[in-house]
Amino acid sequence: MGIRETILGLLEKDSRLTAERIAVMTGFPEAQVAAEIAAMEKEKVILAYGAVVDWEKTDRDPVTALIEVRITPQRGQGFDRIAHRIYSYPEVKSCYLMSGGFDLMVIIEDASLKSVARFVSERIAPLDSVISTATHFILKKYKMQGTEFAPKSEDDREALFV
Amino acid sequence: MNPEQALSRRVRSIRPSAIRRFFDLVNGMKDGAISLSIGEPDFVTPWAIREAGIHSLEQGHTHYSPNAGFRELRTEICRYLDRRFALRYDPDTQVVVTVGGSEAIDLALRALVDPGDEVVVPEPCFVSYLSCAVLADAKVVTVPCYAEDGFKLDPERLRAALSPRTKAVVLGFPSNPTGAVMSRDELAKVVEVLEGSDAVVISDELYAELTYAPATHCSIASFPSMRDRTVVVNGFSKSFAMTGWRIGYACGPAPILAAMNKIHQYAIMSSPTTAQYAAIEALRSCDAEVAAMVAEYDRRRRVVVDAVRKAGLSCFDPLGAFYVFPDIRATGLTSTDFCETFLTEEKVAVVPGNAFGGPGEGFVRICYAYSIENIEEAMHRLQRFTAGRIK
Ligand SMILES: Cc1ncc(COP(=O)(O)O)c(C=O)c1O
Repeated sequence: MGIRETILGLLEKDSRLTAERIAVMTGFPEAQVAAEIAAMEKEKVILAYGAVVDWEKTDRDPVTALIEVRITPQRGQGFDRIAHRIYSYPEVKSCYLMSGGFDLMVIIEDASLKSVARFVSERIAPLDSVISTATHFILKKYKMQGTEFAPKSEDDREALFV
Repeated sequence: MNPEQALSRRVRSIRPSAIRRFFDLVNGMKDGAISLSIGEPDFVTPWAIREAGIHSLEQGHTHYSPNAGFRELRTEICRYLDRRFALRYDPDTQVVVTVGGSEAIDLALRALVDPGDEVVVPEPCFVSYLSCAVLADAKVVTVPCYAEDGFKLDPERLRAALSPRTKAVVLGFPSNPTGAVMSRDELAKVVEVLEGSDAVVISDELYAELTYAPATHCSIASFPSMRDRTVVVNGFSKSFAMTGWRIGYACGPAPILAAMNKIHQYAIMSSPTTAQYAAIEALRSCDAEVAAMVAEYDRRRRVVVDAVRKAGLSCFDPLGAFYVFPDIRATGLTSTDFCETFLTEEKVAVVPGNAFGGPGEGFVRICYAYSIENIEEAMHRLQRFTAGRIK
């Protein structure tokens, strides 16, 4: 693995790692790590830094839905154009082109069931090239971006002399 | 009748170690304390392995296995050792599945030693070698390994320790407690010395998977002249994070393994069946999980070595296991004083090096099988601790 993949692997797990700490952990010089991170930000290899949040433990508990969208691509426009018309709404958290039984997987987060339903019926379904939608609400999140929501975090190892 | 006096002289000769008191202190530590003292992986066993154990229970596999272990597991062990370390063994005659590497060490010594035979043990070393040798009625001859040599075994010092009565030499590389690894070239010089004796090598390779670039593990049994006189001890505890499953194995010359299996058959019967099913899965499908754990250990290792040096302690680059073994003499404290004071003042537990034998005095063992957050906080406290003490 090269220096970029090494840095990205670490940042993907903990975006707060500084170049200094990454340098210590990997043995690469700090200046080189800092330069690579800056370059990757500029080249949009690194797009954003965020946190994995368990919103249920807060006063804001948004509803998340997966929407399967089937579409007929328009002549000369392909899927990208219609995808763009959908993912440009801020409610859309993720949007993927899929193989298989449907075309776009759209992940929406919004304040309530109603607002999600309204978004689908008013924003997505009416689009000319959309053939159908199927909305699935997420009931419980167990794991997201490699992170478990209820991890066993206690170190319960017995202090044995080994 | 006095039960104390009913005890054998052998068992009485093994004193409860002073280190017990230290670990009682550690177990009594309250909030805010950080232990870097326990020599076992912090990782939970990879899920695929746990799942295989659960599945075996669902299928009702709750009976004894053959004494030497399921043949399927012995076959996987042979494939694994060949694939990873170029070691070839016959699953039917040269492998015994044991209750951890611990049992394998005990079996090997008991199978080889007659009263008064000498067993050579390089120090500092894993604590059970000496006691198991004593329990097998051996006369223990220790060979010191020094920081100047990166705690590797010096061939000339080994030569001086060998005698016509030497029955076995116990090697433990990658090393607990020092993290030292011996390269093929370095082992070649040890092999040359051993070729001049009839000693059997008991090679404890439990940390074989845990080496860090540029080091790789070389088994002494991979030297043609050593193959028929080495018992390789290995297991799942460290490499697959399976300490609690209690499973390991020994491989080596058929007559020695048959003798070990004889003792195992009467003392143990067979290793835990659930653990054996889990171990089969570990060897078949968990290379990626092992690689990920090794990569994480390597990052922690670098953090500890860097911090220890910044704290003013000298420390050779340990390329194996999950221990760093810094020299604490610059603080003016003994190993024991250092650890007790560090524990009371900064609430961080590390282990005094002399607990692993005389040459460990002046050193402490820091285990990095802990989360990086704990390690970083402990290293911060270490720097605060040494700041006032190093002139
Ligand atoms: C060097 C060494 N050998 C053997 C063992 C025993 O391992 P197990 O009996 O769990 O396989 C240990 C455990 O700490 C060790 O450090």
